[in-house]
Amino acid sequence: YLFVQVENVRLLDRVSSRKATLGTLYLTATHVIFVENASETRKETWVLHSQISSIEKQATTATGCPLLIRCKNFQVIQLVIPQERDCHDVYISLIRLARPVKYEELYCFSFNPKLDKEERERGWRLVELSAEYNRMGIPNNYWQMSDVNRDYGVCDSYPTEVYVPKSATAHIIVGSSKFRSRRRFPALSYYYKDNNASICRSSQPLSGFSARCLEDEQMLQAIRKANPGSDFLYVVDTRPKLNAMANRAAGKGYENEDNYSNIKFQFIGIENIHVMRSSLQKMLEVCELKSPSMSDFLWGLENSGWLKHIKAIMDAGIFIAKAVAEEGVSVLVHCSDGWDRTAQVCSVASLLLDPYYRTMKGFMVLIEKDWVSFGHKFNHRYGNLDGDPKEISPVIDQFIECVWQLMEQFPCAFEFNERFLIHVQHHIYSCQFGNFLCNSQKERRELKVQERTYSLWAHLWKNRADYLNPLYRSDHSQTQGTLRPQIAPCNFLYKFWSGMYNRFEKGLHPRQSVTDYLMAVKEETQQLEEELEVLGERLASLQKVQLNDNKVRSKQQDQNKELGRSTFNISLANTPQEYNNDLKSFPSRSPSQGDEEDSALILTQDNLKSSDPDLSVNSDQESGVEDLSCRSPSVGGCLPSEDSGKDSDEAVFLAV
Amino acid sequence: MEFAELIKTPRVDNVVLHRPFYPAVEGTLCLTGHHLILSSRRQDDAEELWLLHSNIDSIEKRFVGSLGTIIIKCKDLRIIQLDIPGMEECLNIASSIEALSTLDSVTLMYPFFYRPMFEVVEDGWRSFLPEQEFELLSSLTDEWRLSCINKEFSVCPSYPAVVIVPKSIEDEALRKVAAFRHGGRFPVLSYYHKKNGMVMMRSSQPLTGTNGRRCKEDEKLINATLRAGKRGYIIDTRSLNVAQQARAKGGGFEQEAHYPQWRRIHKSIERFNILQESLIKLVEACNDQSHNMDRWLSKLEASNWLTHIKEILTAACLAAQCIDREGASVLVHGTEGTDSTLQVTSLAQIILDPRCRTIRGFESLVVREWLQAGHPFQQRCAQSAYSNSKQKWEAPVFLLFLDCVWQILRQFPCSFEFNEHFLIMLFEHAYASQFGTFLGNNENERSKLKLQTKTMSLWSWVNRPQELNKYKNPLFEANSLVIWPSVAPQSLQLWEGVFLRWNRSSKFLDEAYEEMVTLIEYNKQLKAKVNALRRQLAELETDDGMRENP
Repeated sequence: YLFVQVENVRLLDRVSSRKATLGTLYLTATHVIFVENASETRKETWVLHSQISSIEKQATTATGCPLLIRCKNFQVIQLVIPQERDCHDVYISLIRLARPVKYEELYCFSFNPKLDKEERERGWRLVELSAEYNRMGIPNNYWQMSDVNRDYGVCDSYPTEVYVPKSATAHIIVGSSKFRSRRRFPALSYYYKDNNASICRSSQPLSGFSARCLEDEQMLQAIRKANPGSDFLYVVDTRPKLNAMANRAAGKGYENEDNYSNIKFQFIGIENIHVMRSSLQKMLEVCELKSPSMSDFLWGLENSGWLKHIKAIMDAGIFIAKAVAEEGVSVLVHCSDGWDRTAQVCSVASLLLDPYYRTMKGFMVLIEKDWVSFGHKFNHRYGNLDGDPKEISPVIDQFIECVWQLMEQFPCAFEFNERFLIHVQHHIYSCQFGNFLCNSQKERRELKVQERTYSLWAHLWKNRADYLNPLYRSDHSQTQGTLRPQIAPCNFLYKFWSGMYNRFEKGLHPRQSVTDYLMAVKEETQQLEEELEVLGERLASLQKVQLNDNKVRSKQQDQNKELGRSTFNISLANTPQEYNNDLKSFPSRSPSQGDEEDSALILTQDNLKSSDPDLSVNSDQESGVEDLSCRSPSVGGCLPSEDSGKDSDEAVFLAV
Repeated sequence: MEFAELIKTPRVDNVVLHRPFYPAVEGTLCLTGHHLILSSRRQDDAEELWLLHSNIDSIEKRFVGSLGTIIIKCKDLRIIQLDIPGMEECLNIASSIEALSTLDSVTLMYPFFYRPMFEVVEDGWRSFLPEQEFELLSSLTDEWRLSCINKEFSVCPSYPAVVIVPKSIEDEALRKVAAFRHGGRFPVLSYYHKKNGMVMMRSSQPLTGTNGRRCKEDEKLINATLRAGKRGYIIDTRSLNVAQQARAKGGGFEQEAHYPQWRRIHKSIERFNILQESLIKLVEACNDQSHNMDRWLSKLEASNWLTHIKEILTAACLAAQCIDREGASVLVHGTEGTDSTLQVTSLAQIILDPRCRTIRGFESLVVREWLQAGHPFQQRCAQSAYSNSKQKWEAPVFLLFLDCVWQILRQFPCSFEFNEHFLIMLFEHAYASQFGTFLGNNENERSKLKLQTKTMSLWSWVNRPQELNKYKNPLFEANSLVIWPSVAPQSLQLWEGVFLRWNRSSKFLDEAYEEMVTLIEYNKQLKAKVNALRRQLAELETDDGMRENP
């Protein structure tokens, strides 16, 4: 690749055009890098090419040629490049770099966290689905693993190991698969061992207006019978009824209750990927508005329909969880192909039903189970390789948001925190790890992803201390059993997630983080517990022996030194926003005023810098960022630092 | 008047109480002069509901056969339903409640009858005196004085007896300035920023009228607060348009020509019925039971409540910015200077002054900037979101202020000594209370009502340690800095603790709060233990040392 370097580029502040930083722009094979000129800070902004969702070259102005880069992790970067020609070069290069055509061009194939082969393999083994089905209680009298798809011979978007009712013979499975879109036959997603009810998933039946398939009917019968306590089976079609009906004309459609014995058929209207894509687009336009009024914002949010869609997905998940846990009835879920809405709904229901999926490890397992293994088309949906833009849709983003909405309603129920969700979202797009490559297990195996790349889960697990919810306790009542979200009235329970969609505008977020504060408290508590034990022992031995031991004394002095330090170093670098445009024309503030406090603050920031590089990046004095960093155990801002080994693509763009 | 005359049926059996998120309770309903009481007959866990009549905003009655239903809507936004067997009983209860909840005379209100069951440690009526405030100020500057010009409440009926004014301005001049300001509210000191000596003053609009009247003393008064060569800001809480229209009615604003050292900024904040309607619409939206997400967002938007929050916070931030960042003094006023003015001056202090973020300091702020400053609580809080009456004096001005404080608290969760419950408690007591604190419209009325001797102060009750504990924020770490909140729409949220309080189960959120308190308490205990052990060890070791090296 051409290594591009452009001097005197200005990086604009999203909110205030007055606040811009001058620096140098570099394009490497994997990153866009902006390095600030200011010698004392030299802040760096790193953006992975795979995060870039669009590049816009705007009309040249007197000051230069503006370039707008929008990212899939909702970062928006505005650059002004002095020379039109340079801007054009950067633009052309980025267009090419942001749209790789071969998997080998993706960052995960060059990313090297310096782990040996064994560590890499151990990382990939962290999440094992066969162990997960064992945990659910499978195999048992009713369910077993089938190798009918061992060479992807029946369904190329399914995993090789599929769990099906014991009574479903290979003949039934194959027959059923021929009657389902893309041969995605009904298979087990979740088994609720308390009452034998299960959640199965498939694609739509090829029923058209009247077609039937004996094996498919037998398959559903087998699923129902695998739950002897219930005399019927719910079949949930997650599409709006109209969409499902339209599919009949194309020889697809939905189950006819008359043809299947003992099923109850139910539509739950979740819109398709195209509606969702445009909904997100509209919501992001609202997020990008410069100083919007409250009405602009609420109108725009409503108009985007985003929260309505989130609620629809939640409603479907709640319906299924209720059917399984309360009614003891098994459910078969499908949409059209059974890899988008079906994945969302099955994973939301599983999360509601099983506390394990609300732990960090369990959440990883859940994504592997319902998304990765069942052939959610990560490459197409998240545009990893250059492809059809109509295939792109924020399907898993919506699931991640559903989890956040639940976290807001059940603050003690999840082992992980918001930062964890944000980092998972980030890496679904980053292509830094191999987990989410390709569109199916088959493709990943052909590409030898596990031999050539690293697993995200191992990386997150290594840093799990950063991702813990301090309010989580495994013996807390909220961590037991099924979560039952309030059903009515409930509209107001679904809220705009600024932590995600305005993630890089730190000025919009609470300036003090309760989570970070509590994490620091918990860490200190742990240290205190350890110290208490040591002190207790020493006291006991002293009282017993009454000997003078100089060594102990010197240790004691060290301890005392520690006591002097304050626990929470909360510093507040905080400047006003633009509350009024009128003030712009007022003579600048006299140097004698207000600076005392600022300089004191800068010192604090310097102190922090040495101990915690991420925090120093967050506190931008001049850009109007009001930043208050509670010292957190070892965590940076909410950005995946270290990920690329160089404080990657985040941090710097905190400007409001 | 005897309350008994208003109580047509004092007691009905077999009444069923319905509340959201609680199972229905059957019991006996009793009416007293000030309370509606329902006590269940079950012995196992006898439940009781005590509702102050003054908390009732409106009632509705319905009949199905001989079973009557009364729906009671309260000023704290709660809605309860009583099923009363017998049409006559139901009608009697309904008309009694109606009469008792709309008593005309203040002296019939519950605070005049309430006998406290607790020991008064500190008389709240004497906790926050202007003299104490002035003493604090005197330790920082000698440019101000305490004026008793209003001791008979004759110069300005809505001001307290003593006010703080520039030292160089004589009482005689104040009298002239008062005549030039709406309702006699001449500029007085609201806040002194000790970091740079800048001040915030508040007043009402000047009475310039259409012919541009001026008042030399007024100009002199406010100029007296400027340092040599410095300029100040006048923040007018009306739009320029509204301010100009006010001239036709004899009001107006400071003309540049006469106040050359001052720069005027208009920041429009809505008033009276617009705010009241906004509250009514918001609460309606929150109580909407439909499953339609779009409808919720558009109703929330249409209520404009969050727009008002944004406007008020923005004006307060601007005032604070002028003082702290521009190093300029500020005068704030709207029309009367009793509503939006006080929202701005009190919020600016919360941003600027760490003292106002403590419990004691916040109470003092409420007393200074709301009660003594003459916010007409009785008029504004006479009715809440369910009122049918179209009186134009009601407005949730104080509730908006509390909401803004909550917004800042949410953005700086570790910088306040008090928690959300403290703010909710103040909201409740402003609308209905056993205490006299929020009765009357100003100090003049309060002194005529002899509240200090005839009623108990809210602060006497709240400031007892056992009560105070409920309101302490476990996350509090004193933060001496100025805190600049974000006023972007993404940063402002619906105050669920007030507006969704009765519409959503708070069980899981309450559990999270308890968990947080437990974590922090345990940490504190451990710290204490470790420190004690260290001391013990140190002593032992010193003893040893002394024995070894005499």
